[in-house]
Amino acid sequence: MAENGHKEHPKYMNIFWWLLGLTIVEVAVAIPEYSIVLKAILLIGLACSKAALVAIYFMHLKFERKTLAAIVITPFIICVFLVIMLMPDLTLDTRIEGIEKPAEVVDTSSH
Amino acid sequence: MEHATTLDHTEDVYEPSLTPDSLGKLGMWVFLVGDTMSFGALLAAYAAVRAGAGAIGWVPPDEILDINLTAFMTFLLICSSVTMVKALESIQNGNASRMCLFLGLTIAGGVIFLGLQVYEWYHLITHGLTLTGIPDHGLSGAAISGSNLFGPTFYAITGFHGLHVTGGVIYLVVILVHGLRGRYTAEFNHEVEIVGLYWHFVDLIWIMVFTFIYLL
Repeated sequence: MAENGHKEHPKYMNIFWWLLGLTIVEVAVAIPEYSIVLKAILLIGLACSKAALVAIYFMHLKFERKTLAAIVITPFIICVFLVIMLMPDLTLDTRIEGIEKPAEVVDTSSH
Repeated sequence: MEHATTLDHTEDVYEPSLTPDSLGKLGMWVFLVGDTMSFGALLAAYAAVRAGAGAIGWVPPDEILDINLTAFMTFLLICSSVTMVKALESIQNGNASRMCLFLGLTIAGGVIFLGLQVYEWYHLITHGLTLTGIPDHGLSGAAISGSNLFGPTFYAITGFHGLHVTGGVIYLVVILVHGLRGRYTAEFNHEVEIVGLYWHFVDLIWIMVFTFIYLL
């Protein structure tokens, strides 16, 4: 690892300008009012590209073994599943019809 | 030298055993992978809470949070990542004083970031964004009741990130002190690379936090 990384450095300033440019695009994309789904896709796409630039060039993943990249990408994929697995809990109406009935019974007995 | 060439030949057959350099680096990566899951869990919970609140039930973050300030904070962290790679580049070229200068600039970036976060939190708390409340200027009742988790999720996620920045600043100061004492050379500098990994990770996480908490 240490033997081959020393000689050539990527052009860090180019990465900096890319990150700066993508940040400005992100803010520009976020300000106007439009479909939240489209906005989310655009913003998450931009954020992931920025994160990838940081990991690949600043954290030198490009110059490491491919095995390390596989180790690093795994939690990000698991996080996507994490979001998907949590969604039904809050977005679906999981109330069971029968459960509301006892409340009605209580209602009538109080009359 | 002979040893190195035998390693090169066998490299494709099996993994060489870990050297002190690569062990430290792998250790930091393993920590960062675990930390990714911590932030992943926080952001996934945030996404689920937002989705559960529905479209009208959540106050648009830009009505409460200052996007310009945090965009500047993002810019600041990106700059400090650049000074961090410059510090590593300098010591790999054998220039220790230049490394110390860039490490100092990186620390300055982190400290200013933390200062701005304190300012932001103070401003938000005095304007009514607390763990249980939300500023109510011009907001509908539905938006306020749906957003009762706005404060807790905001403070938990930005606070957890802020703790990472604080830890990173302390870590960088330790490395800078070692650097000023002449510990690092063109041959021995993997500790600088490892602190760099941590610092870039904090930057990477902020990119995600900025997008999810402030922009979306």
